[in-house]
This record gives sequence, structure tokens and C-alpha cells, in this order.
Amino acid sequence: MSIAEKIAQANKETLERVLAAQPTLVGMSTAGEIIPGMTKKTILHAGPPVTWDKMSGPLQGAIIGGLIYEELAKDEKEARELAASGEITFDSCHHHNTVGPMAGVVTYKMPVWIVQNKTYGNYAYCTQNEGLGKVLRFGAFEEEVITRLNWMEKTLYPVLKEALTFTGEIDLKSMLAQSLQMGDEGHNRNVAGTSLLLRRLAPAIVKTGFSDEDKAAVLEFISGNDHFWLNLTMPAGKCTMDAAGGIKYSTIVYTMARNGTEFGIRVSGLGDRWFTAPAEIIDGLYFPGYTMEDANPDIGDSSITETTGYGGFAMAAAIPIVQFVGGAPQDALNYSKSMYEITEAENNVYKIPALDFRGTATGIDIQKVVETGIRPVINSGIAHKNPGVGQVGAGIVHPPMKCFEDALEAFVAKLEEEGEL
Amino acid sequence: MSKINELFNKDLRVINMGLESFYNDLKKQEIPVTHVAWKPVAGGNKKLSSLLSRLK
Repeated sequence: MSIAEKIAQANKETLERVLAAQPTLVGMSTAGEIIPGMTKKTILHAGPPVTWDKMSGPLQGAIIGGLIYEELAKDEKEARELAASGEITFDSCHHHNTVGPMAGVVTYKMPVWIVQNKTYGNYAYCTQNEGLGKVLRFGAFEEEVITRLNWMEKTLYPVLKEALTFTGEIDLKSMLAQSLQMGDEGHNRNVAGTSLLLRRLAPAIVKTGFSDEDKAAVLEFISGNDHFWLNLTMPAGKCTMDAAGGIKYSTIVYTMARNGTEFGIRVSGLGDRWFTAPAEIIDGLYFPGYTMEDANPDIGDSSITETTGYGGFAMAAAIPIVQFVGGAPQDALNYSKSMYEITEAENNVYKIPALDFRGTATGIDIQKVVETGIRPVINSGIAHKNPGVGQVGAGIVHPPMKCFEDALEAFVAKLEEEGEL
Repeated sequence: MSKINELFNKDLRVINMGLESFYNDLKKQEIPVTHVAWKPVAGGNKKLSSLLSRLK
């Protein structure tokens, strides 16, 4: 068999695993109880691994907030000293079957969703979404942020955990597919998915033994947060793509993630190795009073949505999103269409009504990205570059081409070492 | 009539590949024209196109 045939067969197998995945919400727990390798002094973050001194403002801000929330530090000064001391273990969420939006900070006490890929049995974890504005994931750590995190731990989590005992497992793949028919794309437009989830959860929340006040507060919180669903679309993608990693000869990307300093990708046939380059500034719409000058480079694990074949790849399903991330309706159509040039397959479940129900472009092939010069499209929130400020806008961004070029070079080098070329 | 003469008796419909200035000239003359967004493999980068060709 020629090398081209081996690659073609491996890529086909990779896509079969992606398309056969069955991401399912199976329960909730806390990071300390369920995430492999988690300790009281471990902090997980978005993107490829990065040391404290190289972390961007919003990631440092989220870590400061995480240390205060964990009561390991009483204020910013103490938190900075502890973070720089070497006592805290920082690691990529992706190394722990976890994904986190924006800064992606996960600490020991934080409640997490448990999502299982029923086809292959593997798990993925993600925290509960805090909403927009001054929130930890955008690097804010003031009192209101910590107060909300405590409420999410002490009220939101126990109510939802008990509610899930009434709903039973929830098929996220079907719900995500349905949300795409209703104008979502599962990354920056999540209003339909949040509504579908709430429709499932609401009767179960009412059946729990908590006070009416707590139940009402939980229902109001979810209703008031259009992005609540994001923290389920992400682990759905994570457990889908993890099952497609580690396939020999495969040139399909199974991870794209950003830590606010660097963008990193991982390729199925190259195992756990990251290919990184400086993250880019996002072109988009800024909230009143802010400009591109205020923006931090691209940050977050939410690009797992595009890696799996929705998010920016499904923008044609979510045309109103251009009012949030910028551009015209035709741009949304063009973004989705151009992604077919760099992918291996069309999705069998995630479909786009405006493109005659064509399946979304799925399975980014590093060969096609380098050959065409077309980079994956990602729509993303924009964090302020300084810690403590929060979100300042949303827009469109791409991975640096260098990530794909370096991965291609490493792929050829690996085949040479193995005597395949 | 040969096929080629048949073609010349029809309205001109042009697909332009390569230099965009050809496309712009025709557009100025109100000739229907579609420009193909074509780029050389790997943007013409010899090292990258050689890596790609080794996998073909």
C-alpha cells in the first residue's frame, strides 16, 4: 500500500470515529472528584501548556480569581505570589479530558458536567457557564465574580445534579443537531440549545427537593444566559474528537486550542504533540468604549467546536450571529462553504438548512490547509488584555498557518524515521 | 455549422483563472465573467509543496 493510500485509509477511519460519536450528558460532579490528575493545588487552563510568566492578562486574572475562590489566597497580591511560587501545578485542560471556554480555568472545587461518548466510552468534562460580562473565564476576579462562582457551587450545581437524576441521560448530539436547525452554531450562538436544554431540565428542576427560591434562581440564571449551552457543546466536541486521536497515518486535526499567548493544534497521527504559534488578535465587533487596542490575543478551548465541525464551520446555520461577531449574512455562508475545501467529510448529523441541508464541513486535514492556504474559521469572544476587566467584544479569528506547516513537517519527518518514506 | 462557430454566435461567458486584471478589464466592459480564486499549491512555497508531494 502506498503512503497516500495509508493516509487516505487512516483519515477515513478518523472520520468514521468522529461521525459515529454519541456525546451524552451523563451527570455532574466536581473537578476534584472526577477529573483525572486533579489536586487541590492543580489549576487547569485553556490551550496548550503555558507557564505563569508567559500567561496573558486574562488567563492570569482567571487564575487569580480561581485561587481566591479556592481560598488559597485572600487577595490579588497573595494570589500572584502563590501562582509565581511554583507551588501550583498548571496544566492544559486537554491533558485531563477537559475543555474550558476563554481562560478555561478549572479548580478543585468547581462543579463540572460529565459527558460521555457512548460509542467509545471516553469522557469529557467542562464547568458550568457563568454568563457574559464580568466573569472568571474572561479574566475578571472581583467580588461579584467569586460570589457567583460560590452560588454556582452551592446552589446551581446541587439543583442541576439532582435534576439530572429525573431527566436521565441527555443525548447532546441530537440536541446540538436540532439547535443548528434553529439558528445556533454551537460556539457563539447558543440561544436555541440553551432553550432546548432548559425545556428538558425545567420539569426536573421543579421535582427536586430544593426550596422554591433556589429552583427559581436556577431557572432564572439559565434563562438569562444564552451561552449556558456552550459548556455542553464543548465537552460534546471534546469526547468526540478525543476518540479520533492517535490514529497512525491520520493527518486530521483533533485539537485546536488557545491559551491567550499561543494557538496550538494536535494531529491524530502525531499523538499528543502540540504545534504552536503566537495567537492572533480577533477581528470583530467591540463593545462600546473598547477597540482592538484593548484586545487580548485569541484565547479558549471553545475552538473544539470548529475542530468537530460546528461553531464557525456552521455559521451559515446561524446567520444572525454576524450581528455579534461582525460581517454580513453572505460572509456567514461563505465561511461555512470555504471550510469544505480543507475538510475530509460532511457531517451526517449536523446540517445547515441554508446550504440545502448539507452536512457541516468536518475533519480538518493539515494537508489541505497547507495546500490551499485556507485556514479554519473560528468565531470567538474577545477578552480584554488586562486581568480583571472581562469581555470586550466578539469576532472572527484563524489559527496561525505555522501550526499546520510545522505539523506537516513533523508528519513527514516521523514517516522518514519509521522508514515509510 | 461547426461547434466552434456555434460558440462564437453565442453571448460570451468567461471564466478567468490567473491574473485578476483580465477579470477586471472584462467586468469594466460589462462582460459576464467569473473569477476563479486560484493559488499555487502552498502559496508557491517550494519546501511545503515538496513535503506535500511526498505524501501523494
